[in-house]
Amino acid sequence: MEASVIITLTDTSAGKVLAALMEARRRAGNPAMGMVLTLVVVTDEDGYESALLAAGEAAREHPCRILVLIASPRGDTPRLDADVSIGADEGPAETIVLRLTGPLAGHADSVVVPLLVSDAPVVVWWPGEAPLRPHDDAVGAMAQRRITDTAGQAVGYQPNQPPGTPNEPRSVLIAHADSYAPGDTDLAWTRLTPWRSLLAAALDSPHPPIVGAAVEAEPGNPSAALLAAWLSWRLHVPVHEGESSGPGITGASLQTEDGEIAISRPDGVLAKLSVPGRPERSVALKRRELAELVAEELRRLDPDEIYAETLEQLAGGALGLSGRGKNPPAATAAAGAGS
Amino acid sequence: MTTLLTQNPLRDPQDRRLPHIAGPCGLVIFGVTGDLSRKKLMPAVYDLANRGLLPPSFALVGFARRDWANQDFAQVVYEAVKEHARTPFRDEVWKQLAEGFRFVPGDFDDDAAFEALRTTIEELDKERGTGGNHAFYLAVPPKFFPEVLQQLKKHGLTQPVDASQDMGAVTPWRRVVIEKPFGHDLASARELNQIVGEVFPPWSVFRIDHYLGKETVQNILALRFANEMFEPIWNRGYVDHVQITMAEDIGIGGRAGYYDGIGAARDVIQNHLIQLLALTTMEEPVSFDARDLRTEKLKVLSAVRLPSDLATGTARGQYSAGWQGGIYVPGYLQEEGIPATSRTDTFAAVKLDVDTRRWAGVPFYLRAGKRLGRRVTEVAVVFQRAPHLPFAATATEELGQNALVIRIQPDEGVTVRFGSKVPGSALEVRDVTMDFAYGKAFTESSPEAYERLILDVLLGDPPLFPHHEEVERSWEILDPIEDFWAAGGAPDPYPAGSWGPLSADAMLAMDGRAWRRP
Repeated sequence: MEASVIITLTDTSAGKVLAALMEARRRAGNPAMGMVLTLVVVTDEDGYESALLAAGEAAREHPCRILVLIASPRGDTPRLDADVSIGADEGPAETIVLRLTGPLAGHADSVVVPLLVSDAPVVVWWPGEAPLRPHDDAVGAMAQRRITDTAGQAVGYQPNQPPGTPNEPRSVLIAHADSYAPGDTDLAWTRLTPWRSLLAAALDSPHPPIVGAAVEAEPGNPSAALLAAWLSWRLHVPVHEGESSGPGITGASLQTEDGEIAISRPDGVLAKLSVPGRPERSVALKRRELAELVAEELRRLDPDEIYAETLEQLAGGALGLSGRGKNPPAATAAAGAGS
Repeated sequence: MTTLLTQNPLRDPQDRRLPHIAGPCGLVIFGVTGDLSRKKLMPAVYDLANRGLLPPSFALVGFARRDWANQDFAQVVYEAVKEHARTPFRDEVWKQLAEGFRFVPGDFDDDAAFEALRTTIEELDKERGTGGNHAFYLAVPPKFFPEVLQQLKKHGLTQPVDASQDMGAVTPWRRVVIEKPFGHDLASARELNQIVGEVFPPWSVFRIDHYLGKETVQNILALRFANEMFEPIWNRGYVDHVQITMAEDIGIGGRAGYYDGIGAARDVIQNHLIQLLALTTMEEPVSFDARDLRTEKLKVLSAVRLPSDLATGTARGQYSAGWQGGIYVPGYLQEEGIPATSRTDTFAAVKLDVDTRRWAGVPFYLRAGKRLGRRVTEVAVVFQRAPHLPFAATATEELGQNALVIRIQPDEGVTVRFGSKVPGSALEVRDVTMDFAYGKAFTESSPEAYERLILDVLLGDPPLFPHHEEVERSWEILDPIEDFWAAGGAPDPYPAGSWGPLSADAMLAMDGRAWRRP
């Protein structure tokens, strides 16, 4: 691959950024890049490097233009700084890091509009803090797909916190349910795909009726709450939510009339699957990296009805993911708080 | 025992995140020491497991004439995976897989070995839970097919022992996978089909043409039938001719024993190029079911006509020593194991007509060869010139014909070539190209042909790869050409690293056309 081109622009405008991008492409000898979408990453100075890395990885599967928005509302002078890079090592992506200062921070959409890839879908990803109503957010409204991360929003949550505090995972999920619009999705849901695949595959062959289910995870794990809600919706059985010391989800089981179909994953890497009448088997079930999660999200851009229904089920409320539990896990990092 | 439910409440057509994972099953590979197994099958099995598409109970059994224990076999698979897998190596995935590795040593004529194979499979059903479902992959030269198939039948391996052993009421399955070549002419293809048919029912036979993986076929179908801008001009009214090329830069390598006497036409044109021809020329199928697709392919293949004069309408060549890509390589006759008098074609070109309303008068030029300029497979649809050019003659001197090129390998994608004004005060129109690639790394993470093939076999998905009727029809097209060549002299020599013999150029020049340089 050709050497990367990086252009830094200070105190600039979106128009100049676009011109710089065209110039960078021309210099790299690659005037048309076949971008399939624009991925807007709304983040802050602390979170942007890991988010950019993950987005760049995901762009290997989905060639895209990545716009990273870092807003800092302090100060009175509106100002835009930008780093434009293409053809860098992170994959076939064009990356523009945009720093919006002062009053401009509240008008990110005006910067984004000229920089969107023409006629291609827009995806917005909030790796950490997300607006209360993503769909009504000025940038979120432009997108076909809005990716939040409840685990990222719940940073700093302690299981002994009173229920209802803003960063409590269950409250965050209920807020998502409340503000849901088609196209919304959450990485706490994405993290579940391997678990859900395995559970669904276990029922592909004829099976005895399911009479109950259970999910076990570290306290306050949003993915576990979603898994329980999904199981209870699909199977119409009570789902018991148990606690463990993690990491993430450590077990899921379906009680049948002939015994238990159980997956247990104590180490976050290799799971054991047991099915009545069958030998116990190992299954690779490693907790996935952020990049893989984002890539999965970019694979389908149409509304995820199953997620919507699961959220609804969760908010409808037969289930509990409140601040119970006694052993708060040692400082859980945002990316690690998933399944 | 409780009544079993067959409906899966956790599946929902809307829930498209959930992949289809194969049910409990095992794969038995014959010819486990060969290149195909090590470079393609084993890595594909690992990659499938890594993508979470194999069942936890999956088992892999190797069968070969080697004095190996299970762990020796595991070591061979490990090395193959480390070297050739496309996805990153993960210990936990390896652990999951490796628990299901077994090895059975023996010859194909060794009854005891096949008994041992049966015992191994039965043990796997118990210890691992493969549920009596097993696929047999014949990664061996075709001359061994009859013997292996007969042995499978003789030792009761083609029929699952007892359906009631399984936890469900589903009948366990046995399937067989055979690789091309499917015969070397019509008669031998029929014979092979009969032998396979005696042992396995048609729906359990998977003929694999790895070069035309499902992904590629579906890409072509999507391009043609999901769009409105190509189909209206996809006919004799706009298309001048079509060129289908499969060029390899390599020689025959260690495949002298197989290749000599077979040649490029039988090796490649009969299957890959004729399949590509069918996909390019067929009418829209009523659905993308394997059956409807086959109906259309067969229909158009039945309209394929050979040139009336095979002497001018075909060309064949044999590479001589030469410089290729900066390396001096020996000629075909100097390759190890090739007799100095061999008349095998390492290059073959054929002109075909498709006698339908859509394609009447549009020639299809197919060429395939080894030791050509570079490795490339493509279908180039070359359009007619514009009926009128309102420019001065000098303005369009460098304007060629518009073309739409479906690139298959490497760098799968589409190229469109059209005329554009050269910037400047003078009006001059020149050819430019517009490229679409399925993405550089997009291809890294999209499944490789063998992965999809193996998964289809394990899922029992009706294959998109050739049915025996298509195989037989392709031989009907090729046999007269092979007969004609057999009666003629030696193939025309061409230097390694070139684009084939002069006779191939002459074949197009006669029609006032020239080969594209791919």
